[in-house]
Amino acid sequence: MRLSELQKGIAAVVSTVEDATPQDVIAQRLRDLGFVGGEPVRVVALGPIGAEPLLVQVGYTRFALRRSEAARVRVSLAA
Amino acid sequence: MSALRIALVGSPNCGKTALFNLLTGSRQKVANYAGVTVERKEGRFSAPSGRSIQLLDLPGAYSLEAASPDEMITRDVCLGRHPGETLPDVIVCVADATNLRLHLRFVLEVRRLGRPMVLALNMMDAARRRGIVIDVAGLAQRLGIPVVETIAVKRGGATALVAQLDGAATGKPATVSSVDADLHAEVRELLAETVMMPRRTAEIDDALDRWALHPVFGLLMLATVMFLIFQAVFSWAAPLQDGIEIAFSAVGAWVSTTMPAGLLNSLLVDGIIAGLGGVIVFLPQILILFLFILVLEESGYLPRASFLLDRSMFAAGLTGRSFIPLLSSYACAIPGIMATRSIQDPRDRLTTILVAPLTTCSARLPVYTLLIGAFIPRQEIAGVFNLQGIVLFALYLFGIVSVMAVAWVMKLLRRDKSEHALLMELPSYRLPNVRDVAIGLYERAMIFLRRVGGIILTLTVLLWFLLNFPAAPLDAVGPAIDYSFAGRIGHFMEPLFAPIGFNWQICIALVPGMAAREVAVSSLATVYAISGGDEVAAQQLGTIIATQWSLATALSLLAWYVFAPQCLSTLAVIKRETNSWRNVAIATGYLFALAYLASFITFQVARALA
Repeated sequence: MRLSELQKGIAAVVSTVEDATPQDVIAQRLRDLGFVGGEPVRVVALGPIGAEPLLVQVGYTRFALRRSEAARVRVSLAA
Repeated sequence: MSALRIALVGSPNCGKTALFNLLTGSRQKVANYAGVTVERKEGRFSAPSGRSIQLLDLPGAYSLEAASPDEMITRDVCLGRHPGETLPDVIVCVADATNLRLHLRFVLEVRRLGRPMVLALNMMDAARRRGIVIDVAGLAQRLGIPVVETIAVKRGGATALVAQLDGAATGKPATVSSVDADLHAEVRELLAETVMMPRRTAEIDDALDRWALHPVFGLLMLATVMFLIFQAVFSWAAPLQDGIEIAFSAVGAWVSTTMPAGLLNSLLVDGIIAGLGGVIVFLPQILILFLFILVLEESGYLPRASFLLDRSMFAAGLTGRSFIPLLSSYACAIPGIMATRSIQDPRDRLTTILVAPLTTCSARLPVYTLLIGAFIPRQEIAGVFNLQGIVLFALYLFGIVSVMAVAWVMKLLRRDKSEHALLMELPSYRLPNVRDVAIGLYERAMIFLRRVGGIILTLTVLLWFLLNFPAAPLDAVGPAIDYSFAGRIGHFMEPLFAPIGFNWQICIALVPGMAAREVAVSSLATVYAISGGDEVAAQQLGTIIATQWSLATALSLLAWYVFAPQCLSTLAVIKRETNSWRNVAIATGYLFALAYLASFITFQVARALA
């Protein structure tokens, strides 16, 4: 499933980040920021309008991502 | 011995600038890198041995795979590829000790450059409070570079760093990661071996965010903060601004009576002193706004506000970070445009700068008040609402709608349609540091006075020239302005402005009115040859225009002022902040075009209905 589909508060693990376009700089940046395979990830809050942006905890850091950005991140539910 | 050149690098929110402030204090030089609007900060200090150390504070970067103009500068300087910058002798990489999972990857990336470097583990105080234990010696050994602890917000918090730089020569890293190594895997390994972290997040952050980001309480809190900022910029600054105006007109009056009358007297009083006053009068608003912005930024609340507002601003082609600059533009577009520096995406920043002049700034109020007072009856509607108030409200609403509409159109017109990233880090909450806020305020004030002030002053003197030359003949009957270049420009403009209902008096008043919107009122008074203080003149003027102008003309002038960029200071600050006259031309062109269009429609419709 995609990070954009992950329910708030559910623990998950990143599988991979997919490029939405050729040489996708946003996908590259997501990987640099720590969205890499095996990394635990969790949606901790949602924006007040349209449940956007998502506040995502990865590593020790929280990032606000728009839905289109979060959709690049493939995740699986933590065992 | 020549000065040791040090470059400070680090990811955003690592406390790098606070460390820079701690080391250099007020001995800083702020400029721009050639050709771009990225800020270049440099400072100097002397190490205990007497050695002079020159410190360059490079823009924050998450990666050397640069994704923004800021990051390109950091990458190029570190590689010694930036023209005009010498390769630093030592790179000091700053990392937040509570955020090592993210920051160590960047450290490894910098280490790959193979340059002499030191790692500064910053915010060690916060790390200890959270029970984070770091094996510093072990980390240094595994990284193959010196590692020191720093606390940038504490006096003496950088002693270990200075001692390291001052003492033994810092050599190149003992090891570097290979080009295709997985840096994330290396970071995980390093963390497992040297860092004990009881909890991934700070409990206080979790607790505060539950409220600050709450869909209802969060928005309420944000509205309260915004209201406070708006109030402060709008009304707390007013007495200070009045004081500055009184002081400058007193100095002007003194000079004009002490000096022999003549051209030099007039140049000094109406050109230079009035021009200087016109620059300094913005300082109270700029300082108050930036006090709030710096405190909000330092405390970590600003990205939270952007988080709450991003969705709605994004719909209009802006970003959450555009909100505070636009809100402050309601008081004055000058500090508002200066505040766009917190917007990272250059396209979003430019759009925000270009729409900021559309917000109903406080300088429009005297014009609106004059025209509404003269033409709109003081009629009650539905028993509670006042027609004059409704018109004023409609003008504000018109401003908001045009901000959204213009931003949206700009989004459509933009050639570069690639996605704008939000990807915004929400850092830990921190108590703002007094020194950092004070240095930030001082910098903003200096940038405004030096760079923007120069342009404003020059243009004011130019305007003075247009208004005073050539002098009126001795047997002149009309007001002197009628004979000047400004008067001629006004008469020349008249046929062009006839379709929107402006008479020659308005056309002439628009020329000095370029200085600032509120000047139009006193200029109209000059054209109609009314003398006396501001209040009396405005009152008499109201009576005169109520009898001489048609309602259509008055409404047309109101519509004109919603859009027209009748403010040289705004144009000067756009030049300064975008470093491009082209953007000034775009802003001036589209605003005048919209003003003309709005006035034309207003005038023609009002005349047809009358």
